[in-house]
Amino acid sequence: MKYGLSIITTIHDWLYSVMPEWLAGLVEMILIALVYLGIFSIAGLFLVLMERRVAAWFQLRVGPNRVGFQGLLQTMADALKLLSKELTGTEKADKFLYNLAPYFVIVTSLMALAVIPFTKEFHAFDINIGILFLIAISSIGVIGILLGGWSSNNKYALIGAMRSGVQTISYELSVGLSLLTMILLTGTLQLSEIIEVQKSGWLIVQGHIPAIIAFMIFMISGTAETNRAPFDMVEAESELGAGFHTEYSGMKFAYFFLAEFINMFIIAAIATTVFFGGWLSPFGITESIPWLGVLWFLIKTLLLVFLMMWFRWTFPRLRVDQLLTLEWKYLLPINLVNIVLMALLVWGNLIIKF
Amino acid sequence: MEEIIFYILAAILVIFAIASVTSRKMLRSVIYLLFVLCGIAGIYFLIDYNFLAAIQLTIYAGGIIVLIIFSVFLVHHIELQLELAKPGKQLLTALACLTGLGLFLVTIYLHPFEVVENTNTISTAEVGNLLLSYTEGGFILPFEVISVLLLAAMVGAIVIAKGKKLSTNNQSTE
Repeated sequence: MKYGLSIITTIHDWLYSVMPEWLAGLVEMILIALVYLGIFSIAGLFLVLMERRVAAWFQLRVGPNRVGFQGLLQTMADALKLLSKELTGTEKADKFLYNLAPYFVIVTSLMALAVIPFTKEFHAFDINIGILFLIAISSIGVIGILLGGWSSNNKYALIGAMRSGVQTISYELSVGLSLLTMILLTGTLQLSEIIEVQKSGWLIVQGHIPAIIAFMIFMISGTAETNRAPFDMVEAESELGAGFHTEYSGMKFAYFFLAEFINMFIIAAIATTVFFGGWLSPFGITESIPWLGVLWFLIKTLLLVFLMMWFRWTFPRLRVDQLLTLEWKYLLPINLVNIVLMALLVWGNLIIKF
Repeated sequence: MEEIIFYILAAILVIFAIASVTSRKMLRSVIYLLFVLCGIAGIYFLIDYNFLAAIQLTIYAGGIIVLIIFSVFLVHHIELQLELAKPGKQLLTALACLTGLGLFLVTIYLHPFEVVENTNTISTAEVGNLLLSYTEGGFILPFEVISVLLLAAMVGAIVIAKGKKLSTNNQSTE
């Protein structure tokens, strides 16, 4: 972002001119954190709205369209309502863990958001092991769900949490391995460099067949990781009430809810970055206007989010044994073969480059 | 700045380490242990060992802790509390811990630490090459030994879990 960057550098210079260095650094960190919290809440709320409109569209309904233009303010109103609600809890719950659990989920998805490159400049934490960091963070998020389910002292919540644990541990493997397939092409884990590599063709084009297989596996296991339908065994309404967040109310419930949508956004954003060139424009048509990058990034990401919503309203829910069979008997072997295929491709230099 | 962050992390580590062994609720002590492990990852980040930090988060925080939580789920009810040990045992444990702590402190204070200037961040390619190299300083032997160990553990787990089924199946086919 050309203009955005100049604003950021102005603020940066101004902070360092009026404050001692350590304080300016601290203030800067807090400002960045606030910006990301803002992105988190706004993106989360509008994704909820998008989900509701898309769901309505698939079911030939209208969906929320009264509050604000085309219902744009509907989820804001919902958030205000949730804020004003009473926070109830069970008497015999483990209060400390019960209150801690939503923050686990929120903090991990915020940390994952920090490493995602929105554009070349709008990238808070460009760490040299970006992808590995994302996998590491996403493996911690499940602890929040496990804790919430157990500490509610409710059997439905506990069963939901157990299912979530089983599901996330299994599908993490597929997420990791499908990303590893693409790492063979890029040769780096750093997200900014992964995008740099794609200036000569998006990775899904560069790696053609194995890349497409890896993308499909990533989207399937990514949907499973976010506990969304058709993999929503965790909160299967017809069997478990609401699953692990049965006992949560008001804003604590909203934390789980928002984090689920942000996780969906993160999965789509990783797929965009690794397979579809991140903020790069198709065929480099707007390469001369770098701040358009954020627009391209959002378009691609929202298209993938739409794909995940499409899954949700198309496929029926799986049983637990089908879920585990899919992962361990199909996705994992396909993935392992795919890695070898990709290695042969890179070794034989059969990559399509422009 | 870095010094302040180090002291904050160190305080978190010490406080939660003590909390995790003194808490009488099993899952709470697991969560305190999780904070300790995350704190260690934070220290790795502080000294620019990003790779090790991410591995620490994936394996210890994401893997081991989740497994421990699972086993707690299976054996422990929310209202149960761990029993207090007898005074004699407590005394003995305290003595053992103090001896260990003293030993560590003496070793740490007697060891002449050399201050290393900030080295370059290690790239993933270097880690991969080192892991597979069989020259001096390479890790191919431990890598392979560990994989054999893991395989043995997996086979063992399957045999323990399905032992009866496996033997009855064999008999019926014979």
